[in-house]
Amino acid sequence: MTDVSTGAAPGYRVGRTLSLRVEWLRQVRRVRTRVTLGLLVAVPLLLLLAFELGTGSPNRRSGDLVDLGTSSGLNFVTFAIFSSANFLFVVVVALFFGDTVASEASWSSLKYLLAIPVPRSRLLRQKAIIAAALSLLGLLLLPLVALGVGVATYGGGELVTIFGEALPFETGAMRLFLSVCFIAVQLTWVAGLALLLSVVTDAPLGAVGGTVLVSILSQILDSITALGDLRMYLPTHYSMAFLDLLTSDPSWKDISWGAFSALAYGTVFILYAARRFARKDVTS
Amino acid sequence: MAFLRNRIPLLAGLGILLIGALLAWLLLPASRPADIRSTDVTIPVAAAPDSPQTIDLDATVFQPERTPAPAVLLAHGFGGNKDDLRDQATELARSGMLVLTFTARGFGKSGGQIALNSPDFEIADGKALVSWLAQRPDVLKDGPDDPKVGVSGGSYGGAFALLLAGTDKRVDVIAPVITYNDLTQSLLPNNATAPGPAGAGTPAAAATGGDGVLKKDWVGRLFAGAARSPQPGSKPEPSVCGRFQPQVCAAYIELATTGRPGAATLDLLHRNSPATVTGNITVPTLLVQGEQDTLFGLDQADANARQIRAAGGTVKVVWYPGGHDGEQPDQKLRGQIGDWLHHYLTKSGAEPSQGFSYTVRSPFRSGGSAGRTVTAPGYPDQTPRDTLPLSGPQQPVLTPPGGNPASTSSIPGLSAFGGSAVGSLLSVDPPGQFALFQTEPLPAQLTVSGVSTVDVQVAGMPGAGGDATLFVKLYDVAPDGRRTLPGGAVAPIRVQNIPADGSPATVRVSLPGVVAPIAAGHRLAVVVASTESSYAGDTQPSIHLVGMASGLTVPKVGGTREAAAVPLPALLGIGAALLALLLAVLAATIRRRRADTVQESLTGVPLAIEGLSKSYPGGLTAVRDLSFRVEQGQVLGLLGPNGAGKTTTLRMLMGLVHPSAGTIRVFGHAIFPGAPVLSRIGSFVEGSGFLPHASGMENLRLYWAATGRPESEARFDEALEIAGLGTSVRRRVGTYSQGMRQRLAIAQAMLGLPDLLVLDEPANGLDPPQIHQMRDVLRRYAASGRTVLVSSHLLSEVEQTCTHVVVMHRGALVAEGEVADIVAGGGAATFTVDDRQRAIAVLEAMDGVSEVAPEHGAIITNGAAPADILVDAVPDVAEGATSPEAAPRNGTSPGPRHAAAPREAAAPQDGTPGDKGVVHANLGGLPRSVAVAALVDAGIAVDSAGPRRRLEDAFLQLVGEGPSL
Repeated sequence: MTDVSTGAAPGYRVGRTLSLRVEWLRQVRRVRTRVTLGLLVAVPLLLLLAFELGTGSPNRRSGDLVDLGTSSGLNFVTFAIFSSANFLFVVVVALFFGDTVASEASWSSLKYLLAIPVPRSRLLRQKAIIAAALSLLGLLLLPLVALGVGVATYGGGELVTIFGEALPFETGAMRLFLSVCFIAVQLTWVAGLALLLSVVTDAPLGAVGGTVLVSILSQILDSITALGDLRMYLPTHYSMAFLDLLTSDPSWKDISWGAFSALAYGTVFILYAARRFARKDVTS
Repeated sequence: MAFLRNRIPLLAGLGILLIGALLAWLLLPASRPADIRSTDVTIPVAAAPDSPQTIDLDATVFQPERTPAPAVLLAHGFGGNKDDLRDQATELARSGMLVLTFTARGFGKSGGQIALNSPDFEIADGKALVSWLAQRPDVLKDGPDDPKVGVSGGSYGGAFALLLAGTDKRVDVIAPVITYNDLTQSLLPNNATAPGPAGAGTPAAAATGGDGVLKKDWVGRLFAGAARSPQPGSKPEPSVCGRFQPQVCAAYIELATTGRPGAATLDLLHRNSPATVTGNITVPTLLVQGEQDTLFGLDQADANARQIRAAGGTVKVVWYPGGHDGEQPDQKLRGQIGDWLHHYLTKSGAEPSQGFSYTVRSPFRSGGSAGRTVTAPGYPDQTPRDTLPLSGPQQPVLTPPGGNPASTSSIPGLSAFGGSAVGSLLSVDPPGQFALFQTEPLPAQLTVSGVSTVDVQVAGMPGAGGDATLFVKLYDVAPDGRRTLPGGAVAPIRVQNIPADGSPATVRVSLPGVVAPIAAGHRLAVVVASTESSYAGDTQPSIHLVGMASGLTVPKVGGTREAAAVPLPALLGIGAALLALLLAVLAATIRRRRADTVQESLTGVPLAIEGLSKSYPGGLTAVRDLSFRVEQGQVLGLLGPNGAGKTTTLRMLMGLVHPSAGTIRVFGHAIFPGAPVLSRIGSFVEGSGFLPHASGMENLRLYWAATGRPESEARFDEALEIAGLGTSVRRRVGTYSQGMRQRLAIAQAMLGLPDLLVLDEPANGLDPPQIHQMRDVLRRYAASGRTVLVSSHLLSEVEQTCTHVVVMHRGALVAEGEVADIVAGGGAATFTVDDRQRAIAVLEAMDGVSEVAPEHGAIITNGAAPADILVDAVPDVAEGATSPEAAPRNGTSPGPRHAAAPREAAAPQDGTPGDKGVVHANLGGLPRSVAVAALVDAGIAVDSAGPRRRLEDAFLQLVGEGPSL
């Protein structure tokens, strides 16, 4: 009947507990998940609406983001990404990662998962994987919807870069894809911090809000030029480095440093989260 | 095991350390920059050529850490003084050079008058400074009176560097910044020449004619700024010329009042220009010129570069996104200048690249990079050029009387905004006063990098020939028609000898040098205007017909974006971070695979707890040295008041809370977080835990799916029956009442029929029929060979549900055993008989029996239930100790129980024969059955016999205090 060496119940295998499918079902049925993903679909539509309804004043400053955003479908995507990178995407990632453990704790269902038993490291891993999958889905959903409505409205022309260069559609689309990939990597620090706070606190709002707060604080500090080179230690310092990819001749320097900075912070946060969770007394 | 358990944190800690060390190594500066000592000095120089009189130059020496060192002479811009150079001087001194900054004559605290970099005055001063440096022991020398010295400076100071290098062979290297080649061309430009074959092939070569148009705004600003800043300490006298030399002042007054230079003025300007000496410069020269500069444009650096290169000098050209209308060189560019000087002074280090670089500025200033730098292998001799056809008819251009209103393209010092909002708003061409010619929309992006040229035809109205002053501009036109003027610069032209017969004169116009990215779909437009507010244009009214004689020829310097190689440390860091994550995941897997410890002798024991303790930081001890066992088939009650440590014990049993000491074994396997044997425990501890957005049924299915075990083992139907939710099971759990959640949670705990069922306060929130039903379920569950552990703070609950009990108080075990044993502790028994008198007599007669007494008050007819009834009889007792009344379930059941009310002491009573009632006795070691037999033998009818004391009494006695429930 039972497994003699481990004493486990018949049919119990560690590797089958809390499978990704089950965790996916647990998360994807939530209103929170659906609203968030819906919002990411809605943002490009709202932007489009704003572009179409907004009446341009004759003295509108030249070459600004809005003008460039309407020059082609790809530029619309660029604008959508640009305007979402520093806040919307941060909130989305913070939400998916910060809420994942803390919400189970707030529903008191965490202890029953752990008593199945789902080993703690496995629980954290599975939850992080699904949170990452949902974040990536969101990160792709917004540009894809933007691409759809953008191409439909502004045509499938070239991507005009911020330096005024034009990239052919295929190149431009690939660069935008790389940009989204960079943003995904750059947000690992947000994911790590949110996961850590999610493990530390039982309040989902605390984990999500705390992470967003840190991001905003970092951005404020980053805007203080007097801090000079100290600013490159800030996790958000390279958050806009993906713009370096949107030129005819991409530069990989800031991209590399940005990826390293985010991964370093992310790794430290995630490892510390795993350590905290392994040692934690779960009481809710 | 402890070691294994600690492996994850250990590895995580190592990873954190590794990354931290890497970050520190990569990002922290190697050492603190050295402090640089600066000394103010006064250097006397000849007041005039061959004059015995001297004037004092105010100077500062910045000494590097190590001397002797090569020297750098730093000169300031027009209207400034040596203090402007402090930051740059400190940086240069840090990189190992002795720096001498000085205030030029006529400025600041230095004596003398401004002679506009005259070879006889300022440049002679420079030679004296070089000699002064040669006498310092801390300066390296090439020979006697010949120090190793480089010269740098911006604008006026840059021209000083060029002029000094062209006249003093002791200068070893120069780096002039944003300066001029010829003052006549930069202050009085005429960008029109006769059309002909293309001239120089350099990117910003501008062919210029004589008789230029005065850049009146700039010249006025510069003159006023310098004239009105007297020497500190001197008595300022009201004066037009201020500290200018009379000749310079006179030249200015002539220019400002007439707009046309006389021969003397032209001679003065030309004599004091680097163009006169660039043919002598053979030292390495770094020319830095600004892309935002309406005073000294890119063409001036281009001329310097061509002339010095022709003379055999090594030339590097850098265009940076700044200038007189924009920013000063930033730290990175200053570093590049320092490297250039340092290399050629010390001949050490890698040779600086001689590549030509320019920066394409992004119109986006918010976030991201401000520009991208394009590097070509060298300053090109033959620049690739495109010719774009221009369309537009011949158009009349009116010059208004007095030149007013005038076009406004830029305001000196402000045109940094030329490409953005302010510039666009300022840029105005009054209607009728300009002609517009446009290219087709560009099929692809084009970066104009340098001076564009175009041939322009200008015709007078019939009968009115002569000269015309016009201003030519190159606009970037967006598809919606909005125009921006890159660089904010205009090219003034003076077209001479226009035929009076109305036929056109053709001139080649060199447009201002710009670096301008023109997007695909945009057009380039050439505008020829009659007026420009910052120039001294024509004031006589006239009308000219302007047409295009050629297309627009634009330079395109190809190149690669500045070698932005992928930084290796960043890649290593990325690798290290990923490796640390991988290690942590591997460590977690290893930890999971470790061998489980089994105690073979306990494999049949559902639960064995030994020496279990849990202390929290701060001194609170929730559980203290707890040991007990639960055997198969038992329904064990864990009894204790709130705060006794019951829930903490159950949490430790579920692997949720780490014990401070002791072990918990379930079927012989030690419990730790994630122990596989936990899968044999079904638990309900401290409230339900469900996803509020899913239905009851979905919750159960999701929970079971999370176990990963086959669905056939779940026994959903049985669990749902226990839950008894009916159709509500399809509703969202968020809508459930407390009792419904409770039942669903118990059903969840029973999914898969676990070998050990752990329920914490299961009766909470249930109504009496449900409590009754649950007791039934639990007993049947245990009867099937499984084991149940129930915690409760309610005596009646445990008494009626459990076979065994563990009593806890303040974290410690105070009693354990069969419920009956605990209840019958000490052998006290109670008999309900039909004749108390006789029963007392019979009992007293027995050996070892003592304390025989009748119960006071005959109301209570059924004092106690036998131990076995405890399990069988299930009165529906309302929960809570304060509800003693409940309806008997059937005739044979005991009457109401007093759960908590303190029992009166049994008082001796006069035993009337024949009275029915209750008799208490202490049987000592005698079994109750023997006493019952004796009573029956004596002919006394015994209605019931049982332990006298109730659990509550036992409990209160055990915990040693009054009712605390």
